[in-house]
Amino acid sequence: MTTAERQLLSGDDAVALAALHAGVRLGTGYPGTPSTEILETFDRLGGRAQWSPNEKVALEVALGVAFAGARTLVTMKHVGLNVAADPLFTATYTDVEGGLVIVSADDPGMASSQNEQDNRHYSRAAAIPTLEPIDSQQAYDFTFLAFEISERWKIPVLLRITTRVCHSKTIVEPRAPVSDLADPSFERKIPTRVMIPAYAKPAHHRLRAKLAEIAAWNEAEGPIRLDVGNAELGVISTGICAVHAREAAPEASHLTLGMTYPLPMERIRAFAEGVERLLVIDEGDPVLVDALRAAGIAAEGKPEMYRFGELDVARVRRILVGDTSPEPVPPKGKPPELCQGCAHREVFQALGELGCIVSGDIGCYTLGVLPPFSAMDTCVCMGASIGVGLGLRHVLPEDQARRVVSVIGDSTFVHSGLTGIAEMVYNPPATGHLVMILDNGTTAMTGLQEHPGTGRLLDHSTTNKLSFEGIARAMGVQNVQVVETTDKSVSLKDVIAELLAKPETSLLITRQPCVLAAPKIRFYDKAAAESARGQTCSADIAD
Amino acid sequence: MEKVKNIVIAGLGGQGVLTASDMLAEAAFRAGFDVKKSELHGMSQRGGSVSSDVRYGEQVLSPMVPAGEADVLLVLEATQIEINRPMLRTGGVLIDPGLLPEGALKNKKSLNVALLGAVSTVLDIPQEHWMAAIYANLAEKLHKVNDQAFALGREAALKGSIARHH
Repeated sequence: MTTAERQLLSGDDAVALAALHAGVRLGTGYPGTPSTEILETFDRLGGRAQWSPNEKVALEVALGVAFAGARTLVTMKHVGLNVAADPLFTATYTDVEGGLVIVSADDPGMASSQNEQDNRHYSRAAAIPTLEPIDSQQAYDFTFLAFEISERWKIPVLLRITTRVCHSKTIVEPRAPVSDLADPSFERKIPTRVMIPAYAKPAHHRLRAKLAEIAAWNEAEGPIRLDVGNAELGVISTGICAVHAREAAPEASHLTLGMTYPLPMERIRAFAEGVERLLVIDEGDPVLVDALRAAGIAAEGKPEMYRFGELDVARVRRILVGDTSPEPVPPKGKPPELCQGCAHREVFQALGELGCIVSGDIGCYTLGVLPPFSAMDTCVCMGASIGVGLGLRHVLPEDQARRVVSVIGDSTFVHSGLTGIAEMVYNPPATGHLVMILDNGTTAMTGLQEHPGTGRLLDHSTTNKLSFEGIARAMGVQNVQVVETTDKSVSLKDVIAELLAKPETSLLITRQPCVLAAPKIRFYDKAAAESARGQTCSADIAD
Repeated sequence: MEKVKNIVIAGLGGQGVLTASDMLAEAAFRAGFDVKKSELHGMSQRGGSVSSDVRYGEQVLSPMVPAGEADVLLVLEATQIEINRPMLRTGGVLIDPGLLPEGALKNKKSLNVALLGAVSTVLDIPQEHWMAAIYANLAEKLHKVNDQAFALGREAALKGSIARHH
């Protein structure tokens, strides 16, 4: 991918290219479909990017970068913003010096997610200005705009994109890279960065004043597109729905909003007054239509059945005519499955044979719920396997409690499992508990990203490595055991059975590289060994 | 305005569905059209069904092909034909591996490019843009085998009769 020419880019790649051109000093994030490619592409283009253990830490690191006066981009999937919500809600009270842009990649339709939450609710709840691009060109342009808004009003900005924008390729015309950004330097500004009540109270007033100014800017010169058509029907939409709507109703008048918080309510009111029927096309929750109604604008929304799943041209056509008859059910494709040779297969085989109650987690191994294994009983969010497993143990009758096992992947363990282990050590159930880390040496489900347990950075070069067994021992887990699943002299089933028989706290790590990652890991290890040898040689020569 | 051309490419994870749609989108882009390409790939590496839409023309709005509006349906795996058939419009063209003479394809991995060769006979994209787009998406050592695959699919389509959907 070149960086200056007109080209065909995915929305994710367009955000990465814009981050490069806008002078981002550091990009942070945690992998999550459909956001993962942004930081990978930014790194490949020469930007400095790093994976954090989770989204909360990623946002906190980025906030530090912004306080230091440099531009920074934080990327995550929609549910990642839940994890980062704690810093988010107070970061908006602070004054950032360098632009801080948070990318939330939502997944309406749940192509690869556990829910289809609509993160536009965060815009209002956390009081963060929000931009929603319709395609890759806007993803590129709005990333630039987000940095400009962030620095002009010293406020973090949310770039909300969805699966169809992230993973669709459309044509992008890049602009000239910025070159006149100041170098980071620390300046002490206690009242705008130390959020104790004495400073946070005026900060909240400042935040509301900033939003009022941004709303006025959005009215006057915000990214709003007006297509004047006939006056019988006016459609207001945002994000990907805007192109569906323009295709489904080419004769209508269309108002496409680029910044959806704070809204340009007077522009909307003027548009509403000029049309006979006003329809709001909102994908997901009725966020936009509810905001219009709260402002006293009589707008028609979509029937409830269209809250579920993605919108497309066919569904927008149905909304236009108020069709609520059952939709055609698309034929079911072949579901994904655990790869042949994947070590997770053996684990779920053993758990199934032992009749375990399995508290599961988020990752490839969630596929253990599907036949032929059907060996998972709960899956809610990153890290929940440990807490939920402990809860089950605390109240189930003893014969059932003894069969409860928490199963979590290596990347997920680093993301949100450490506090679960603390809980297990602090509040051990009477029957004890068994946590299994299925360590395949990568963040497999999102496409083989590194994490703090792999010993490699985002660009696969070597760094420090967390030891899961060392952590568990230091935290006071009673039994800590590692099984290399390739070692056929050990029966995994027997090891699990033994640990389940003890009324003690146990951590069992099964270790075998992901079959998709293994050749790559061998390549990285070889490269690291060669580079280490090279350094020794040059040191010898220098001596 | 010229009508937008709609192509749906489908198969199983690992078959090269997304590479094929990248090549097609790139070829149309190089030919000077507005292009949009859409895909869902979160689970594609785990062997499940995968499909990708490519639309090109003077101006493309939605990146997704509406059901029943595909001019061309390219399917890389026979088991995936029926579940994707509702995407085709009346008179649309189905292209699948059955089109190729048995045993003619030297390298199974170039099935996607061979079937793009067949697709090239029903689309208005000049041949030089096809080849440039295919090369841009493959390592150089794979160019020759894919040249042959593309020619094979193109010839098979020109010789045989392509099924139209009724």
